[in-house]
Amino acid sequence: MKIVALNGLLGYGYSEEALDIAFSEKVDYLGVDAGSTDPGPYYLGSGKSFTDRGAVKRDLELALPKALAQKAPFIIGTAGGAGSARHVQWLKEILLEIAAEKNLQFKLGVVFSDVSKEFVLEKLDSGKITNMSDEMPLSQEAIKESTTIVSQIGIAPIIELLKEKADVILCGRACDTAIYAAPCIYNGYNPGLAFHMAKIMECGAMCSEPVAAADVMQAYMYEDYFELRPANPIRKCTVDRVAAHTLYEQSNPYLIFEPDGVCDLTNSQFRQVDERTVRVTGSVFKEAEQPTLKLEGVKCSGYRTICPATIYDPETIRQFDTIADTVMNFVKENTKNTLPDGSYTVSFKTNGGEESSLGIIMDIVGQTQEIADTVCALVRSRMLHCDYPGRKSSAGNLAFPFSPSDIHVGPVYEFSVFHLAQVDSLLETSKIELEEIGL
Amino acid sequence: MKKLIDYTKILRSKNAGPLFITFDLIFNNNEDMLYIAERLTKAHIAKAYNVPASKIDIIVYSVVNSIKITFPRKNISGSLADNDIYGCQQHVPLANIEL
Repeated sequence: MKIVALNGLLGYGYSEEALDIAFSEKVDYLGVDAGSTDPGPYYLGSGKSFTDRGAVKRDLELALPKALAQKAPFIIGTAGGAGSARHVQWLKEILLEIAAEKNLQFKLGVVFSDVSKEFVLEKLDSGKITNMSDEMPLSQEAIKESTTIVSQIGIAPIIELLKEKADVILCGRACDTAIYAAPCIYNGYNPGLAFHMAKIMECGAMCSEPVAAADVMQAYMYEDYFELRPANPIRKCTVDRVAAHTLYEQSNPYLIFEPDGVCDLTNSQFRQVDERTVRVTGSVFKEAEQPTLKLEGVKCSGYRTICPATIYDPETIRQFDTIADTVMNFVKENTKNTLPDGSYTVSFKTNGGEESSLGIIMDIVGQTQEIADTVCALVRSRMLHCDYPGRKSSAGNLAFPFSPSDIHVGPVYEFSVFHLAQVDSLLETSKIELEEIGL
Repeated sequence: MKKLIDYTKILRSKNAGPLFITFDLIFNNNEDMLYIAERLTKAHIAKAYNVPASKIDIIVYSVVNSIKITFPRKNISGSLADNDIYGCQQHVPLANIEL
């Protein structure tokens, strides 16, 4: 069975020639990961994608007709970058646009993976939440403050849609591995090999030389092994690259944790089959007694206004801490009757120092954008003209690179939930929809 | 005394999810890996990053002559106090450990 990974992230691009080569053979499944938590909590909170619409459309519109022509189900994980219902809708609209433009017909399966606050509160109350890190326990308050919470689905809902003969499967927040492991396990392949293959494939051609998240990767599944070969002839898979891949972004290189269990790579072996192909054997899957789903939630922490500036004068840099104290005392005094306590935070994000220059970002987060603007303007103007002992450069302390100097960043989100929930069924959080497109 | 970075082919940091930071040390050969694996302790990491030793994992992954170090982030990715959302510029204190 042949599985193709379009690239490591939908919208990052890939070689069209490489895609042609991949589809010059029979392809059984095509997959692509469309999201990540790497860019931080903002995207889940705002409902926006960190990938560009035009780039996402390009990546999809070249691949979709090929997958449909070969009747290879096309599985897309973590739509829109963060996988909430709004992100799924965003990507679905792009798919519908392509279908209309190219006159394509297909059966679309969609998996929504959002969960309600009530669902998470019930899990917390019944002792079914596990912390991933001691630094982040879960409280009822954190759940109630959350604006969006999603669950990271595994293979189960994708397999449901494969059974329904969906041509395109669009997932909300999904484990990266589920995209590629689901079709293998659905077809009866060894789950240890399936998850190990999937862990490598989800990054596209990252496991090849020259390395690239932005290119097409191919996996060939067999009963006792799988093989990896990049589609692009300029790249090759090497044992080192493939073996090293499970180091990347993983807390443990031997274990891949999945909702249904853990994939153990302790006895995995890697062998160079030909110049561009690596064979992997020995990866083992151990089913968990208690299946879990990872929950990801965010809260809105306020609204941000920033002001970047640079200090070049070494004496001003030496006295920066004194200046910062003066500025903060002034801001507190100046706003004591107008802004409520705790309605804003000010932090100075600095880089460099006396030996070069001091870069500062004045970072103000307020309960409203207006509060952030007011405080930022006070901090900026007071710091610009702040006196200090022995000051000679009395015209101003700050070099501003921009006019206007202050920048609206808008709402600020922080992760509020990042926990494991014990579930009775791995379909518990999935809402599945099927739709005929273009008929 | 050499710095840790001088022994390695690759020395990098990255988020392992928003709650954890993970470091990969990849060596040119098994000998270098073993040399460091025998000497680099949780105490070194604890001091370099001001994190309790009990929260640090050090795993030798000899398949590719590498050592992985993981511990929880003090500031979760994207929190107000965080300065490195992807966590990919946190490796310098590790690189500078003298062994």
